[in-house]
Amino acid sequence: MNSPSLLSHSAIQQRLDELLEVEFSFRDTEAPARAIAQLPAQRQHYLISWIERIASTHVELGFQVACNSVAAEALMTTDVFEAWIFHAMDSYDVEGLRPALLVIEQYQQFASQQQARLQGALLQDHEGVLQRFLQGLSGRSLKLAASETIYTDTETLYLPPMQSLLSTPEQNFHLYKVTTALLWAQIQFGSFRALRTVEAPTAEFIQLFHALESLRLETCLQRELPGLHRVLQQIKTVADETELDATWLEFRQQLANPGFSAMDTVILAQRELDRLKPIPLNCYQGQINFEAVTACMNARIEKEKARFKVGLNTLLEELNKSNSEPPPSDKRFTKQQEANPSTSEGVQIEILLDDMPAPLPDNMQSLKRSILLDFGDIPDEYLQAAGPGDYDAKLLHDQTRDAEDVWQGSYHEEGAYLYDEWDFQRRHYRKNWCAVRERAVKPLHDDFVEKTLDKYHGLIKHLRKTFEALRHENRLLKRQPEGDDVDIDALVEALADAHLGFEMTDRLLTKMQRNERNIAVIFMVDMSGSTKGWINDAERESLLLLCEALESLGDRYAIYGFSGMTRKRCELFPIKHFEESYDTTIRARISGIEPQDYTRMGFAIRHLTQVLQKTDAKTRILITLSDGKPDDYDSYRGEYGIEDTRRALIEARRGGIHPYCITIDEEARDYLPHLYGPAAYSVISDVRSLPLKVSDIYRRLTT
Amino acid sequence: MRTFRLDEYRIEDEPYYEATGDEITLFEAAYNNQLPILLKGPTGCGKTRFMEYMAWRLQRPLITVSCHDDLTASDLVGRYLIKGGETVWIDGPLTQAVKAGGICYLDEIVEARKDTMVVIHPLADDRRVLPIEKLGTLIEADPEFAIAISYNPGYQSVLKDLKQSTRQRFVALEFGYPKPELEITIVARESGLDRALATQLVKFAGMTRNLKGSGLEEGASTRLLVHAAKLMAAGVPPVSACQSAVAQALTDDPEMLASVNELSSSLF
Repeated sequence: MNSPSLLSHSAIQQRLDELLEVEFSFRDTEAPARAIAQLPAQRQHYLISWIERIASTHVELGFQVACNSVAAEALMTTDVFEAWIFHAMDSYDVEGLRPALLVIEQYQQFASQQQARLQGALLQDHEGVLQRFLQGLSGRSLKLAASETIYTDTETLYLPPMQSLLSTPEQNFHLYKVTTALLWAQIQFGSFRALRTVEAPTAEFIQLFHALESLRLETCLQRELPGLHRVLQQIKTVADETELDATWLEFRQQLANPGFSAMDTVILAQRELDRLKPIPLNCYQGQINFEAVTACMNARIEKEKARFKVGLNTLLEELNKSNSEPPPSDKRFTKQQEANPSTSEGVQIEILLDDMPAPLPDNMQSLKRSILLDFGDIPDEYLQAAGPGDYDAKLLHDQTRDAEDVWQGSYHEEGAYLYDEWDFQRRHYRKNWCAVRERAVKPLHDDFVEKTLDKYHGLIKHLRKTFEALRHENRLLKRQPEGDDVDIDALVEALADAHLGFEMTDRLLTKMQRNERNIAVIFMVDMSGSTKGWINDAERESLLLLCEALESLGDRYAIYGFSGMTRKRCELFPIKHFEESYDTTIRARISGIEPQDYTRMGFAIRHLTQVLQKTDAKTRILITLSDGKPDDYDSYRGEYGIEDTRRALIEARRGGIHPYCITIDEEARDYLPHLYGPAAYSVISDVRSLPLKVSDIYRRLTT
Repeated sequence: MRTFRLDEYRIEDEPYYEATGDEITLFEAAYNNQLPILLKGPTGCGKTRFMEYMAWRLQRPLITVSCHDDLTASDLVGRYLIKGGETVWIDGPLTQAVKAGGICYLDEIVEARKDTMVVIHPLADDRRVLPIEKLGTLIEADPEFAIAISYNPGYQSVLKDLKQSTRQRFVALEFGYPKPELEITIVARESGLDRALATQLVKFAGMTRNLKGSGLEEGASTRLLVHAAKLMAAGVPPVSACQSAVAQALTDDPEMLASVNELSSSLF
């Protein structure tokens, strides 16, 4: 490669003017151009290419980077410099222009924090491991979230986004782990249960209680998780925590008694409140946020009480269904307590129905565990079964917001799947860019299905036949060394051979070889506005025919429609899930396919790739039915849309999926080979022949 | 080394088995009434061991067939072979059991091809006969003959489900992982590991079972625990034993592996 030539000051300024649209603004590129001109050729080109990339996201960002790039680059290594720019672009994507400009402006701070980043551990990186670690420990699903202060509200553990107190990433990860375990221990070993018995605790009291309770919890961990406790000790040494003085050592001695519970800590704290100053927190300890705990626990207790009582009622009803006697009013739930040292509460509670153990379903078992954690017991009033009518439905079921509501207000990302999107100019992903949601298709019971089945009566019959022929291609293999039956022809020949003095072959059996099809396919149907009219009709007809044909074939298949309007509203319309069987509802859904908005494709491919990957089929196919180029209301058009779609398809192929595209766009030959590869698409020139072609293409594709 | 014919082999020493409920009485009652038996339960919870134990208790030969997706009806019933220019019929394991009055145990029956399952239908109802198409004969089962199949309902795949026509012929015994106390005893007894460490191991198993459904298909089975315990008893440090015998056996997902390893290193 030729080394790039050195650019003059004016050449640089001209290039920057172009990139940063100086004509239309008051930006002055004189200073940055001068600074860049001082650099050797290679670095000049390097910087200008980065300014170009970031200017494609936002011109102002590009300009600010241009102004700061020389100074910033001098401070940072290449990796850090690039991380800085990506961080700025991510901030722009997530929070907008101002925070992004702030990131660029504070490049010095970024450079100095980089050291911390190198030795620190990020919650983001370890969240998955910690989350499962926690799930394994507790069985109750606790969430993790980032926050500057460390605490738990008994349902979510709040941890700092970055931990860089210790000198290596590994140690910092251990710090995360120990913190997580201690917060978990607060919930598990009843700290909050005890604290809630104190009426209106003062801040001083909570502090002292926390300090004492932490000592107790550490000894609990030592008993329960000795390995973790060793790590905790190591951290103490590394972080150079101060040793306890004699008074506190004595307390620790007391608290280490296995018979000592959180209630005893409360009593101890009450006794010592005026005499004892709490010791400062260790680096791995969180705080107690009593308001958060109270709010969270109250809400949960109310909810779980309702659910538990209604659950018992359902249980009763089910039991009554299976045997009519004795009458339900005589049945009573009672509980039986058994000491069981292997559980953390020290007791095991069995729910009895008329003195016989009641068969609690799994969800009731976990409710029981959760209630037990909050109370250390199952309160008697919980044992009275209650009908669902006695409670507000809100308590009984987790609220799911209606998809329509979500788009209004600022909830677009709540509960949505988030997918990255490829920005070809930036040559990088935009993180969590698309908010994807599955929305139900309203089944439409009209005469469409009947009409279509009637119209294509002959074709359907033909399709069924051809597809049936594909189903089991059983072949009888002859002359096999092993098999189920004797191959008489081979045997006769072999005996003749033997008579003539030749060696007799052992390939004398026949064997039935079954080629079982193991295919899962998703049809991804364009539901953009442009399909309105006969394209939509042709699509619906094709799907119906395809379903009829596929039913006789026995392949697993699913159908999803897709459409989108900006990245915040990417929608998938499940028409048929894999596990659903083809029936009148599915037919009515096909009939109910309506054109929606635009054609954003990347998210649909990414989401359906994940759906396909969950199946265990040997061959996984993703077939797109579309009517044109990827296109959306925001910048998702032209090259951007095509490049993102291409990237999504590459990801799909990497995940072992075969994408294929059937389109009616006459110009598709210009861009489809670039997206799907030269042999993985079909262009159908006559829309009306789509129903005929789709099944045919599918048949060819899978044989 | 000794070689036995399938239908002559008797288990001589009592296999170690701890009852978790009334499964032994149930099995005996079903056996005495000539009812076929279906064992349900996750992998490694002791189904096969239970069969060995029952075969020993009833003093019948136990013929186990591990089903795989290429297992054909001929593999069970029998086939013609050619010996020196003559065709010779060879009984399959099922036929051997039917004739000798043994217990035929088809392990993981759902793995076998669909047509294989139909072969056992006439044996699994009150007819108790085995038609052999290729010979044009029908064999009446010996009164002592019993058929048992096992099945893991944990597999979520639709393809691997038992047909109603099959499952409704059987008396079903459900197996789960034993209660902690019992599991500790089993692990300690099978491996010779001391009770304290066995207790920790069982606790670890409980943790992995908590993860079922959130990334793990199954939690650690009792069999895996026994493996880990044997390694530990042989002097392997607990954390590495758990890593090799449990974590790696459960999953290939690196993040999941890391989580499971964090759990074991916290415990030991």
